[in-house]
Amino acid sequence: MSIKLSHIYHTYSKATPFERLALQDVSLEIKKGEIVAIIGHTGSGKSTLVQHLNGLLQPDKGTATIDEVDISAKGTQAKNARQQVGMVFQYPEHQIFAETVFEDIAFGPRNKGFSEEEVAKQVREAMDFVGLDYDTFAQRSPFQLSGGQMRRVAIAGVVAMNPDYLVLDEPSAGLDPRSRNAVFREIMALHKSRGIAIVLVTHSMEEAVKYANRLLVINGGRVLFDGEPGLIFKEHGAELVQVGVDVPQVYKLADLLRQRGLKLPEGIKDEMALVKAIKKVKGWK
Amino acid sequence: MIKIENLKHYYTDSDGNQVKALDGVDLSIEQGEFVAIIGANGSGKSTLARHLNCLLLPTEGRVEVGGLDTMEEDNMWDIRQQVGMVFQNPDNQIVAAVVEEDVAFGPENIGVPGPEIGPRVAKALAAVGMTEYAKHAPHRLSGGQKQRVAIAGIMALEPKCIVLDEPTAMLDPQGRKEIVSTVQKLNKKKQITIVYITHYMEEALAADRVVVMEKGHIRFMGTPREVFSRVDELEALGLEAPLAAKVASELRKSGVKLPSGIITDEELAQALCQ
Repeated sequence: MSIKLSHIYHTYSKATPFERLALQDVSLEIKKGEIVAIIGHTGSGKSTLVQHLNGLLQPDKGTATIDEVDISAKGTQAKNARQQVGMVFQYPEHQIFAETVFEDIAFGPRNKGFSEEEVAKQVREAMDFVGLDYDTFAQRSPFQLSGGQMRRVAIAGVVAMNPDYLVLDEPSAGLDPRSRNAVFREIMALHKSRGIAIVLVTHSMEEAVKYANRLLVINGGRVLFDGEPGLIFKEHGAELVQVGVDVPQVYKLADLLRQRGLKLPEGIKDEMALVKAIKKVKGWK
Repeated sequence: MIKIENLKHYYTDSDGNQVKALDGVDLSIEQGEFVAIIGANGSGKSTLARHLNCLLLPTEGRVEVGGLDTMEEDNMWDIRQQVGMVFQNPDNQIVAAVVEEDVAFGPENIGVPGPEIGPRVAKALAAVGMTEYAKHAPHRLSGGQKQRVAIAGIMALEPKCIVLDEPTAMLDPQGRKEIVSTVQKLNKKKQITIVYITHYMEEALAADRVVVMEKGHIRFMGTPREVFSRVDELEALGLEAPLAAKVASELRKSGVKLPSGIITDEELAQALCQ
């Protein structure tokens, strides 16, 4: 079970003066159950890349398959395969259109041809997943909700399609810290209970190191690094800054403390781990 | 520069409920000050910002900009020239196909005489460090560069104050740094008053004063050091203190004696590694 891209090339505005090679020779495999973070500066090719994961864009060269099915093909098999990948775009709340929360979330499953009974069940489950109480919110207008709640409705709409792979393009942009944490708690719960793969496009290095078990760094339309986030941040800090991304704040702080003589261990990924490590090397209880 | 007295902004949503977006805000901002506003989604930050150049008008209370009351219709164009706004999405703020034309749009619109426009545009682009991109197509720039073009478009109106509503929400880390340093430069070198709304606490560290909002009220305000030392209170409001402040606070909780007011990495390093 995996999405496989092999030797993908993609050019925008081909044969015009604006021609631009957005992806060159990208090969990678995303397996079911993985949590992959994708980072790269604006224009690095991240968004182009993720749009090849469910056939929204077709490669000029190379192939994309989902569970061994070529998704550029015509026919029901390819269509079903493409539907296994749910996409949550940037600011998904801008795509909300229905009069009630229920109707908005029901749009996808209905399109898939589910019976009304199944649709209702999927909507209820999806709302549960994103932490929106069914009785409180189902019949409300989505446009009356707060930014964080609207974003959850939009994510629920994708979750209700029951995808095997979920791609999220900056799901936390514009949210305050508490709503950011809440959205991620739900995404992680979804990953855990349904075992689906999560592909997370983000500008936040903190999110990448906190949630992902694999990191892809994209630069100039190519995969620059592919590996364990902690390792990449540790080994390639300077190069990351050079290509317009960064290392998480906690790595910078830990590095500074090491430079000043604290013998902190490697691999400190969050503030609590840092606090613990400081206490240990200082002999504080 | 800006005087806000008992500002209330109420509206009725489509269910007929009254929403108190702002419920009694008092705030004075001096000419040349850099004020950051933080608060959870829905706390009233953007509503407040939109009162500063007459995009919204008070339900009750008063907003004065450079001595002009925003409620007086005749003042509106004067106020809008003094206070420029920059929003989240740079793509929605760019109107022309060439950078310098985009920057010229504002001054042309307010009737600046032709010969003055060129020099104004050149000055504005220089102020945001985008001179070499004057002839470029905006849509091919990076997010940070686009946002700097948007700021230049406002600088070309020669404002006294720029209000930025989450200008870095859609930018990569490089772009975020570009915007913060550009804004700091405009503030320090050109004495532009800055009102800067953000969810990134690290960015608010650059301000002279941080205002914390909750449910249409100002909860507290002070220097970044005063505000970000209140780690637990910020957390209770759904916000986050900078990492060094959080680590210092955790260490203190377990009995470690550290000086108060640690908010930067450097300060924590000095406290821990003497």
